[in-house]
Amino acid sequence: MVARGLLTFKTTPSIAATGVTAGPLEKKSLFAEKFDKVYEDERCGMKTNEHAHAKMMEDACMIALSKVDSVPSDADFLLIGDLINQMTPSNFAAKTVGIPYIGLFSACATSVSSLLMAALLTEIGMSKCAIAGASSQHNAVERQFRYPNEYGGQKPDTAQWTVTAAGVAAVTPHKKGFPSIECGTIGCVIDLGMTDPLNMGAAMAPAAADTLIRHLTGHNKDVKDYDVIMTGDLGKTGFELYKILAGNQGIVVTKKFRDAGEEFYGADAAFLSGASGAGCSAAIFLTEVIDKMRAGDYKRVLLIATGALLSPLSFQQGDTIPCIAHAIELTMK
Amino acid sequence: MDEKKYAKLEKDTSPKTPLMRNMIFAFLTGGTICLVGQFVSLFYMTYFDFTERTASNPTVATMIFFAMLLTGFGLYKKIGQFGGAGSAVPITGFGNAVISAAIEHKSEGYVLGVGGNMFKLAGSVILFGVFSAFVVALIKTILVKLGVVSW
Repeated sequence: MVARGLLTFKTTPSIAATGVTAGPLEKKSLFAEKFDKVYEDERCGMKTNEHAHAKMMEDACMIALSKVDSVPSDADFLLIGDLINQMTPSNFAAKTVGIPYIGLFSACATSVSSLLMAALLTEIGMSKCAIAGASSQHNAVERQFRYPNEYGGQKPDTAQWTVTAAGVAAVTPHKKGFPSIECGTIGCVIDLGMTDPLNMGAAMAPAAADTLIRHLTGHNKDVKDYDVIMTGDLGKTGFELYKILAGNQGIVVTKKFRDAGEEFYGADAAFLSGASGAGCSAAIFLTEVIDKMRAGDYKRVLLIATGALLSPLSFQQGDTIPCIAHAIELTMK
Repeated sequence: MDEKKYAKLEKDTSPKTPLMRNMIFAFLTGGTICLVGQFVSLFYMTYFDFTERTASNPTVATMIFFAMLLTGFGLYKKIGQFGGAGSAVPITGFGNAVISAAIEHKSEGYVLGVGGNMFKLAGSVILFGVFSAFVVALIKTILVKLGVVSW
């Protein structure tokens, strides 16, 4: 059988450092203490939300670089993305940091797709240090995909809250004592006909389940092999559906299954189904998971970032919501 | 899994819309807004030279002013999440739709931003409101001409 969409990294590139920045509301996150920088102002002192979005990304990149004692001119590639039209926040951040750049879009799954691309460039020996990651800014995303921020529409319990956060990783050739990228799986676009943009978890759950199963069968792995299998931003609703779908396929769903979106804000009912956004999975994967790996709590983890590939236009024209999930497997030896 | 099966699973798993709770909250919120409106109306009738009919214009303007303040201070969206239709249907909801869009698009300038987008949400309310008023007026005119009702 041809292993479609499967990636194996013989040189096991490492995540040598991470940089995570977040907005003021994200202080409510259970993981807030782990973020490198939390701004006091939603606009990070900038004039517009979009500039704040770019600033968060810039700062995250600079933090990650400083942790590996580097400056932007030491980095070979910048592989980042966000959810805003034409990815201007990432483009503008790339302008400031000045690292050779490719913008990547996999919606909220960009956190993992960028890591995979960075690992590939490292694997073929073209990169000594690649910065990969994703970001989202609540106000900027909300106004593009939904309504003006101050509009008083009622959201259902299935709706998720786009986080204001940016998370990047510095991917380097294998370094002892750092989490290493062993393999990954590129997702297929899955669409089971969901149309409600206020229930993205339900739209993304089938994509997450599909990638999980393809990763396990393709790489010949079992749930038992992992210390944690974390999805990106399915939220409470989507996470339940994902566990049912995985269970239906014969996967034993245990407490190892976690979802960054569900856990991000804890049990706070104000955030309805939980967190979402490209920054959600990036921030949690690169703090909570990486920290626990470096502390030795986790030896092998599977991270599955999920993304809904819709636009406000496609939704208004009555299209269903196609979704994608990319998986990356990290080990600590 | 096919789409139909998944739609059923999604329906069974996702939290149900709490209809009863939403209706009660909408009733309370909408009722409170209308009660305030009634007081404003009475105020104009008592202290100024307005009749019940003519007081409606300054009352509407005052209610929209309140909605503007609440929207600007970030409170109307909280009322909206709690009150649902109760805060969307009264004139304050219309005001909120206009004002929130105006605030949001200020970053693109006054002409193309605020001016061009202010009625993005409320535009359809105006269009279909005016159109339905026209249809109702047409029906009534015909009925008056036929002698069924009088003005």
